[in-house]
Amino acid sequence: MKNLLVSHVHVLRLTLRRFLTTPLSSLLNILVFGIALSLPAGMYLLLKSVQSLAEKEVGSQQISIFLSMDASRDEVTKIGKQLKQHVGINQVKFVPRDQALEQLKQTTGLTDVIGGMAENPLPDAYIVYPETSDAQALEALRDELQKWPNFEHVQLDSAWAYKLEAMLKFGLLAVFFLAVLLSFALVAVTFNTIRLQILTQREEIEVSKLIGATNAFIRRPFLYFGLLQGLLGGAAAWLLITVSLYLLNNSLSELTQLYTSNFALQLPSVGDSSTLLLLSAYLGWLGAWLSVAQHLWKIEPR
Amino acid sequence: MIQFSKICKRYPGGYEALKNVSFEIAEGEMIFLTGHSGAGKSTLLKLVAAIERPNSGSIVVKGQNVSSIKGGALPYLRRNLGLIFQDHKILFDRSVFDNVMLPLQICGFDHRESAKRVRAALDKVGLLKHEKTSPIALSGGEQQLLCIARAIVNRPSILLADEPTGNLDLDYARDIMNIFNSFHQVGVTLLISSHDESILRQFKGRVLALKNGMLCP
Repeated sequence: MKNLLVSHVHVLRLTLRRFLTTPLSSLLNILVFGIALSLPAGMYLLLKSVQSLAEKEVGSQQISIFLSMDASRDEVTKIGKQLKQHVGINQVKFVPRDQALEQLKQTTGLTDVIGGMAENPLPDAYIVYPETSDAQALEALRDELQKWPNFEHVQLDSAWAYKLEAMLKFGLLAVFFLAVLLSFALVAVTFNTIRLQILTQREEIEVSKLIGATNAFIRRPFLYFGLLQGLLGGAAAWLLITVSLYLLNNSLSELTQLYTSNFALQLPSVGDSSTLLLLSAYLGWLGAWLSVAQHLWKIEPR
Repeated sequence: MIQFSKICKRYPGGYEALKNVSFEIAEGEMIFLTGHSGAGKSTLLKLVAAIERPNSGSIVVKGQNVSSIKGGALPYLRRNLGLIFQDHKILFDRSVFDNVMLPLQICGFDHRESAKRVRAALDKVGLLKHEKTSPIALSGGEQQLLCIARAIVNRPSILLADEPTGNLDLDYARDIMNIFNSFHQVGVTLLISSHDESILRQFKGRVLALKNGMLCP
């Protein structure tokens, strides 16, 4: 047990030394890993940030009904009763035109402009909270309400969020394909790096086999190398993503302040970060393993 | 210790290196393997270490059938053997010390214990003062001594040496033979090949003479 530990520590030291003997190519390889991984991972994080925004909107299902301007008081109250009796509707909120105008004044600060108008341009409105949250049922309800008399315009407030969500799903799928393709590329990069290492260490491998090295012993430093290269590449990708998201958030905050929103891009979570590191370490290990399996058996002492 | 029975070895291409070779070596014996070049001396040594496999016949080393040994058991067989090559097979990317260290690292020895063993082995062949130098700075004879130090650091019970005195001047050759003789005296089994019989005559040991792939009676 202790011997095994000692030999693993020895191999780790050997691997680090190999990194340092070819600093430039090691650095470039790590950079290749970092850039190739930060591309899909960064895009994934961006999409996820936007998705959480869309989910917030989808969460508050509501239909806004704007009545026609010439509807009388009695008609408006009658409509309110009818809406409350509708089976698909959970809750009904009435927004009188005067209140709507008042709200508009407060939130936009356009008091002067609105005060200058001869009459209130806003209609009476109902905000309806449906029972269902299913996108198709919501659309059916909207279409049904659209046909009622005195309804000028019926708007499904979350419709844009659904469209956005569908697009985001498509985007995530595209990112996934990109990640798979780049993973293949990274495995290939490691495969070649290890192949070159095996070729330059041909003599050492031969001599080691002659004096009783097991295949596991010979394989170990190459696998460690692949693993370490992948891990460092994953760390590079993490750094690239975090720094760029941080910079983006800085300039984004100026923009969102103008829209009185506090939207910000999410930095990679602990789970995301560890997934990234594990995946890239695995890719490095896999490339090394394939290369070793392919090339090591060809070297037999003569 | 080593037993060959009816060994035939044919290389791809049809060249027959060994024809029906049988012999037995007891524990602690020192054997000189002689014959002209191309007689099959190197092939015979490679068969013992399972670097080559025979086409027919069986080889038993320390009770283990080497001719049909599986790949997984091979490293453990070789750890019992000390191999000394005519072309040294020294690694030039590391110091003299690290070259001798390699077999102990392979076996997973504790670092401090192995450092002691490495110095003892280097001392035995007289290279201790060169432990930190690169092997490239060593003469041909010193490189051969380094190869011997690497072969003995593991304290193997069998030493196989392929032309250890080839290309060396008489002084080095005698030094090396003296070192082998001292191993013989502590009970190590030695199998030493050489085409130069004059140097062998100065030492006591059984001679196996090969001629065209056959043992001379």
